Amino acid sequence: MSAIIQMKEVNKWFGDFQVLKNINLEVAEKQKIVVCGPSGSGKSTLIRCINRLEEHQKGKIVVDGNELSEKTKDIEKIRAEVGMVFQQFNLFPHLSILDNCTLAPIWVKKTPKKKAEEFAMKQLEQVQISDQATKFPGQLSGGQQQRAALARALCMEPKIMLFDEPTSALDPEMIKEVLDAMVNLAKQGMTMIVVTHEMGFAKEVADEVVFMDEGMIVEKAKTKEFFDNPKNDRTKLFLSQIL
Amino acid sequence: MKNINILKPNRDNFKTYLYIGSTLIFLCIFDVTLRSFFNLNFLTFLPNIINFLFPLILGLIGFQMIRLEYSGVKSVDIINKNVNNNPFNAGLTLLIIFLTILAVPPSLNWMIFDANISGDTKEACSASEGACWTYIKIWFRRFMYGMYPNEFHWRINIAFIILISFAFIGFFARGKYKNYLTFYYAIVYPIIAFLIIYFLISGGSFGLEWIETNAWGGLSLTFIVSFFGLIFCFPLGMIFALGRRSELPMIRYISIGYIEFWRGVPLITVLFMSSVMFPMFLPAGTFVDKLVRVIAAIVLFEAAYVAEVIRGGLQALPRGQYDAAKSLGMGYWKMQIFVILPQALKLVIPGIANTFLALVKDTPLIFVVGLSEVVGMLQMAKTNPKWLGYAMEGYIFASILFWAICYAMSRYSQYLELKYKTDR
Repeated sequence: MSAIIQMKEVNKWFGDFQVLKNINLEVAEKQKIVVCGPSGSGKSTLIRCINRLEEHQKGKIVVDGNELSEKTKDIEKIRAEVGMVFQQFNLFPHLSILDNCTLAPIWVKKTPKKKAEEFAMKQLEQVQISDQATKFPGQLSGGQQQRAALARALCMEPKIMLFDEPTSALDPEMIKEVLDAMVNLAKQGMTMIVVTHEMGFAKEVADEVVFMDEGMIVEKAKTKEFFDNPKNDRTKLFLSQIL
Repeated sequence: MKNINILKPNRDNFKTYLYIGSTLIFLCIFDVTLRSFFNLNFLTFLPNIINFLFPLILGLIGFQMIRLEYSGVKSVDIINKNVNNNPFNAGLTLLIIFLTILAVPPSLNWMIFDANISGDTKEACSASEGACWTYIKIWFRRFMYGMYPNEFHWRINIAFIILISFAFIGFFARGKYKNYLTFYYAIVYPIIAFLIIYFLISGGSFGLEWIETNAWGGLSLTFIVSFFGLIFCFPLGMIFALGRRSELPMIRYISIGYIEFWRGVPLITVLFMSSVMFPMFLPAGTFVDKLVRVIAAIVLFEAAYVAEVIRGGLQALPRGQYDAAKSLGMGYWKMQIFVILPQALKLVIPGIANTFLALVKDTPLIFVVGLSEVVGMLQMAKTNPKWLGYAMEGYIFASILFWAICYAMSRYSQYLELKYKTDR
């Protein structure tokens, strides 16, 4: 199994505060990994480092054969292969849903407009909001916006998808529709790293679960083992509180 | 008598109070109108002070009588809620109404009924007490075209007609041509405008006589200076706004220095420098036209203000927008052009309109370098020995012109705000 993402001894500081401590993580192609842990444990920072929205200061991150560092010239090229879905959706409010989805394919990947639109409609159908294509983000519900954001990321045909607490800003009713879309995506064989508190989703989809606390990976195990037989005390405490 | 307080209405007898109250209010307004318009005063038999305050007292009693919450009459409720919720506000309302009525006849008299527009010398006006619009009439061409020779005014007219029609091309663009509009307005249109103004108004070729920019003036010069000021200071301001937020220290410090320098100096000194100091730094023999120097000075000056306004919009955008654009693989320029700037500029339309209006109203300052746009021509006409003493008419004329221009710009900015409104 070849690792599509490799993190070796990754360290990161915000000023004096160390957010990531000696992170070692390998993600194989088509693997689904759920990252969980208490807030402030560095989960978001970890996945933001993978497409270099945050820069790590020590260690090595290799994404699809490209090492991320200050010398990386075509960071845009790597980012285009790594899709990301944010907690706050971050759709572009001045563009319609369809334009949100076609903007990057047209200007970054240079896809002809017509082709990009056809592909975007297909993605919107996948997440079941193709009827909202001409509306603006402000006119959609939170769940619809998050699914649109997912479709927008998929329009770049990424090899890896990162999810940064995709359901944390949603009403309980809307969480399900977003999770369904993500499960659907997982079934199609996408490589996924998901930061989430939805343990049901983790049990259903994840191959491995990573538990983080205070910037360190405390435990990393196969999903079943993680839930049935956690080894670390901190993990046990966390699971007892969240389940 | 059930009611002890005779001025206090209640719901049962409100109709009666309403009739009496409105009659009193009507009477007091009628009285003031008579005094103001016809100089009639029926109440001279009263002591002076009471005579003077009579309408106010009458009105206050009237308003007191109709003041009742939820009276059931809709229009009365609106009046009570907005202008008659207590005696003090009722008094203010009355005073404003009275002042308006009192101010109308004198100003109408001065501006229209006693005014004079016939004849073409100052003597035609000396008989009348009102405004002397003859003065504006005689000087009208100077106010519009400055010292530009009379026989060539058609060149300015045609140039402006062509410019305006080129500006309207955007309205007819359909389909794929719409994508090129920004490019057209940002780059092509200014070049066309410059060429038209250069060849038609300046002349010097195609058999048109060369006319120096010194002779240009009046409203047409106001338009030319504002036009080039606006279209160049906007992109320049945008660049400095982005520069000030750049991560590259060199670019950031240059931008900060530029903005703080130009915001710190008064426009009038900048204009003065542009015409007096700047030529000294040029190599001997080179020559930059005065008007070009002045426009450049205004552009550089206003760009600093525009930059800060745009920076305000940039800072208002959440970081998530940058993250999303980056995560889709967009580089710096793609991110700015397609994601950040469209949103930021939409946010700062009111601020930009503010700056642009200020720019238009700053154009009269170019008199310090000897160029006379419409206010400058006014100064000149005002001090003409043949026409001394008509400054008022001139300034009113100029105010109306500037107000019309600025109001049009203001309305256009409101239209743009509505057009680009995409939130719910």
